[in-house]
Amino acid sequence: MSVDTATVRHIARLARLQMSDAEVAAMVPELNNILGWVEQLGEVDTDGVEPLTAVIEQKLRLRDDVVNDGGIRNEVLANAPDAQHGFFAVPKVIE
Amino acid sequence: MNAPYRLKGMTGEWEVVIGLEVHAQVVSNAKLFSGAATAFGAEPNTQVSLVDAAMPGMLPVPNRECIRQAVRTGMALDAQINKWSRFDRKNYFYADLPQGYQISQLYHPLVGEGTIEVLLDEKDEGSVRRIGVERIHVEQDAGKLMHDQHPTMSYVDLNRSGVALMEIVSKPDMRSPAEAGAYLRKLRAILRYVGSCDGNMEEGSMRADVNVSVRKPGEAFGTRTETKNVNSVRFVMAVIEHEARRQIDVLEEGGAIVQETRLWDPDKGETRTLRSKEDAHDYRYFPDPDLLPLELDDAFLDECRKSLPELPDAKRRRFEMMGISAYNASVLTAEVETAAWFDALLSNDVDPKQASNWVVAELFGALNRLGASIAECPVSPAHAAELLRLVADGTISGSIAKTVFEKMLESGDPAGAIVEREGLKQTSDTGAIDAEIDKILAANADKVEQYKAGKQQLFGFFVGQTMKAMAGKANPGVVNERLRAKLD
Repeated sequence: MSVDTATVRHIARLARLQMSDAEVAAMVPELNNILGWVEQLGEVDTDGVEPLTAVIEQKLRLRDDVVNDGGIRNEVLANAPDAQHGFFAVPKVIE
Repeated sequence: MNAPYRLKGMTGEWEVVIGLEVHAQVVSNAKLFSGAATAFGAEPNTQVSLVDAAMPGMLPVPNRECIRQAVRTGMALDAQINKWSRFDRKNYFYADLPQGYQISQLYHPLVGEGTIEVLLDEKDEGSVRRIGVERIHVEQDAGKLMHDQHPTMSYVDLNRSGVALMEIVSKPDMRSPAEAGAYLRKLRAILRYVGSCDGNMEEGSMRADVNVSVRKPGEAFGTRTETKNVNSVRFVMAVIEHEARRQIDVLEEGGAIVQETRLWDPDKGETRTLRSKEDAHDYRYFPDPDLLPLELDDAFLDECRKSLPELPDAKRRRFEMMGISAYNASVLTAEVETAAWFDALLSNDVDPKQASNWVVAELFGALNRLGASIAECPVSPAHAAELLRLVADGTISGSIAKTVFEKMLESGDPAGAIVEREGLKQTSDTGAIDAEIDKILAANADKVEQYKAGKQQLFGFFVGQTMKAMAGKANPGVVNERLRAKLD
């Protein structure tokens, strides 16, 4: 598997990254190197091996259905570029 | 067997194929992955934890109750429960999604295939349709955007962000707006019986994405469109009608259907394209590295199964076995509160058939007039049972029962006390009844002549006059019998 400039532009767009033509051109071989490296893993015979989901023996823990968080509006809004009347305020996202 | 639903076009008849994806908000105190509250209507951003706001380094921990509710729902749909499931990230950018991804379950959902049975005709068990459920997965809700508060800004409230949703995906098994409506109503009823979702469509606790395609009967499925976030049964049915007609028109004019997301405009009564960008569906799902697989043990599943109530289908069949008509049984089990009220009434030693007729005719009529729900009913099941028993044992007549019931609705007093206080007991005292009958026959000698000359229908007149003279309290059986004795 390898990527071309069109794919890099597409991925950048999905990630909302603005990239110049030069940056895209530089990114193509870089990403292909990483993909090639990851593809080497395919050479290992994994027939009959269960996928490893965690490197330590641990199960997913569940929480009780108890309200013990929230009510911290000031903290939640503290880093917002703009907040009005208790809302985050963002540039209008509808025409 | 109902005739299949077909739409006529210039090129012949078309069949519509429908699938529904229903998002149902899970009933829980706290959110799916955080300890923030879920209550509706709170001040903006007051029910938001740092997890819900997607602050760096915050880690999700699933709420056991949300998982339990989804499992119970799956069991209620007779679905396969997956003891091993996993969470995935669905990546997209929008101002109501602070994480930049929604935690969902694409590859290994919690619940697999199940079924919902719907009756297309409440009076007819033969009109049953089995609609397949493809899967149920749990996922996070997004925040809420408000566009009308400021000329150039949108306001974001994250109170809903991270609230647990069940996405219940049907198979493309429905073939008419009526089937889709019946499916949605039945699903809502089941969720409310189970208690896993309050089913409140106005508050957005349940919304449907409507997948519609058309084809010539017998041909392969056509290309479908998806109309998002439809929030009432009526609108779902309208979307299907409108979208099927639009697609037929496009196809018959030689065009092709574009697989796209559409939006329902309730004011104009039409659907329109929401977005058709080529990358709109490029969600780049991958397993969420913050969450281990979800593994459930038998004890957990056993508890879920044991906690399920009697479900609508089972309850309907039980009612029918008691001699209650199919229509009454269907109406009485459609809403969980109605069914509970009726079950409470039955536990008070009443005749099931008579009780069902009374509830459907008298009680529902009264609640309609009062604009009240059954939960607000001023008459308790125990008091209603007393009223029904007074009719059954002949203490009061059916018509007096209506008067007593009105007084019960006004005062909340028990039936027996009202009958006693107002002297409404039915009398079978032939002496008193005979005395009134004699007066009436004497006063209407001309009508007696006509009756004897063969005008049989006048009998009803004499019954009516006698009942009136007795202020409705005479036993109708006795009145009939005494009149016959005197006239015939």
